[in-house]
Amino acid sequence: MGTKKPFESIVTEHASTVLRVCRAVVGVHDAEDAWAETFLAAMRAYPDLPSDANVEAWLVRIAHRKAIDIVRSERRRAVPVDEVPEGPSSLGIPDTDEQELWQAVKSLPPKQRRAVAYHYVAGLPYAEIAALLGGSADAARRAASDGITKLRSIYADAVAEGESR
Amino acid sequence: MTDTRSPHGPTMNAAGAPDVADLLASAPASAEVLDRLHRKLEESAAREGVLDIAYTTIDTPVGSLLLAATERGLVRVAYHIEDYDRVLDTLATKLSPRILRAPRRLDTAVREVEQYFAGRRTAFDLPLDFSLSSGFRQLVQRHLSQIAYGHTESYKDVAVTVGNPKAIRAVGTACATNPLPVVVPCHRVLRTDGTLGGYVGGLAAKTTLLNLESAA
Repeated sequence: MGTKKPFESIVTEHASTVLRVCRAVVGVHDAEDAWAETFLAAMRAYPDLPSDANVEAWLVRIAHRKAIDIVRSERRRAVPVDEVPEGPSSLGIPDTDEQELWQAVKSLPPKQRRAVAYHYVAGLPYAEIAALLGGSADAARRAASDGITKLRSIYADAVAEGESR
Repeated sequence: MTDTRSPHGPTMNAAGAPDVADLLASAPASAEVLDRLHRKLEESAAREGVLDIAYTTIDTPVGSLLLAATERGLVRVAYHIEDYDRVLDTLATKLSPRILRAPRRLDTAVREVEQYFAGRRTAFDLPLDFSLSSGFRQLVQRHLSQIAYGHTESYKDVAVTVGNPKAIRAVGTACATNPLPVVVPCHRVLRTDGTLGGYVGGLAAKTTLLNLESAA
């Protein structure tokens, strides 16, 4: 194990990036849950992390798994209900940092969305992204590149629309 | 964390909007959101039993103090001159790296330390965790709490009390390496001639504590 930084400095250093990854992968609404579960799981496992590990890549791998869990349980929860609950949501208003950006990311197909998140947000190399998404590094590169191209046009439209309102 | 958003920050595209790739890499999260997430992590880590060490910092008449606690009790009090980053690194190496700034666990300790500095408390009633010291040093440090508020002993007195009258120098080392200064009152140990000796928080701090106790 050797010398390892206090977990507090891991949080300080990577909180923002991991939150952006979560916003890109599961959307603004579920991002905070994904973030909280990621850091809790990371803290649990931290003493066993080799001291020369790439901490950010490790956090992104955990976030990737947590995002999959959240999407799954979301699907399970999405059963039809007889009564639609009334009144205000208790979930609170998702904060509005770059709302349009994350909205645009959300409209990408899942694989492109993840490839974009892991490459453009977290800066992971394509080989590592391929290990998370399955398929080859080339396929991951294509997914990221197709995703960012599509995102540029969606986002430009969204911004233009926002301004013309 | 600060909001680094700037209207002239990232590269602008033809439409005058920042480029998406730049935004993805750097779109800031507000400090408010990050604070909320941190608090949530403090709570869940404590609940799940993975918060091995919680710490906080407070301002006192002897400057800022860092207080850290395990689940067993207060494990470290550090003066600012000891360098908090180094103190936390040492805790990470010697005890556990699962450390968060999580003031909640320190609520009672903070309250008692504040009462002490306000002259309204003469003894601490806190669970202490001595796992940073061992052997003779720990024996000495445990004895120190029995030196009453407003009283002092010499290094020699302490050596006699712990049953090793010749170990005066070792008593000095035990005081100098006290992981819980202020709360474990190594400041109440002086040289036989009544001069101050050393102090982990600096001699000015030692004088302040002794004056506080003699004025009360």
